Amino acid sequence: MLFLKAFLVGGFICLLAQLLMDLTSHKVTPAHVLVGLVTTGAVLSALGLYEPLVKFAGAGATVPLTGFGHLLAQGAIKGAAREGLLGVFRGGVASAAAGITAAVVFGYFAALLFRPKG
Amino acid sequence: MVRQFDPSQPLEMQKRQYQQMVNRLVPRPPVWRNCLWAFGVGGLICTAGQGIVSFFQGVGLSFLDAATATSIVLVFLAAFLTGLGLYDELARYAGAGMLVPITGFANAMVAPALEARTEGLVLGVGARLFAVAGPILVFGIVTAWLSGLIYYLFGPRPPLGS
Repeated sequence: MLFLKAFLVGGFICLLAQLLMDLTSHKVTPAHVLVGLVTTGAVLSALGLYEPLVKFAGAGATVPLTGFGHLLAQGAIKGAAREGLLGVFRGGVASAAAGITAAVVFGYFAALLFRPKG
Repeated sequence: MVRQFDPSQPLEMQKRQYQQMVNRLVPRPPVWRNCLWAFGVGGLICTAGQGIVSFFQGVGLSFLDAATATSIVLVFLAAFLTGLGLYDELARYAGAGMLVPITGFANAMVAPALEARTEGLVLGVGARLFAVAGPILVFGIVTAWLSGLIYYLFGPRPPLGS
């Protein structure tokens, strides 16, 4: 059941993004879609709407990039609650640090070790 | 054959005719097929992600830690597949299905960096890693900071003496 919910919710978020790309002008690039997703995730999270989706769908909500925005926003909010203004600055990136570091490190080594195609 | 473009018309009219011609010739994306692919592949990646999350929870991690560990695994796989050239091959069909999951974020870092190797390690690889990731981090961090600030200013106060 958990897996079905992850499939349906995760798939649906991807479907919405696909519609956004196909039904709008060519100026909407993948970069715009990704920026839109992370911002949407952070805003929904701040409004308290994303956490219920995570409770419902697990990885279906955390794996899409909206989940990255959720992680950042929750980090900043919990930081604010715990340590005040300093936490506002520290909390967001701190909570997403593992993912960011993984992307930079693995990305760097992949770019170094592999040859470009064509 | 209908005349599509009439040079005797005023410039404004020509522009409109030209735009109509372009609109007719630019291929329309097969929206339904794209959506089906995006839904199916994106759903499968999230299901695989759930499998990894469940595994990490099984060895004793909290959900939050398990989700973080899952991101690390998925980012590794995506960077590896991008290096092999397979990720972009598959993404041609899957579209947003492989763009939206965290794997797409990793792909968006590796793919431009890989192409920029000839430009050097610093301004090639180093800079291009953040060609797409940079904007994502900027908007993500700014939105999160604003959320935290609003909570700090207007959120519930901690009880006195705590």
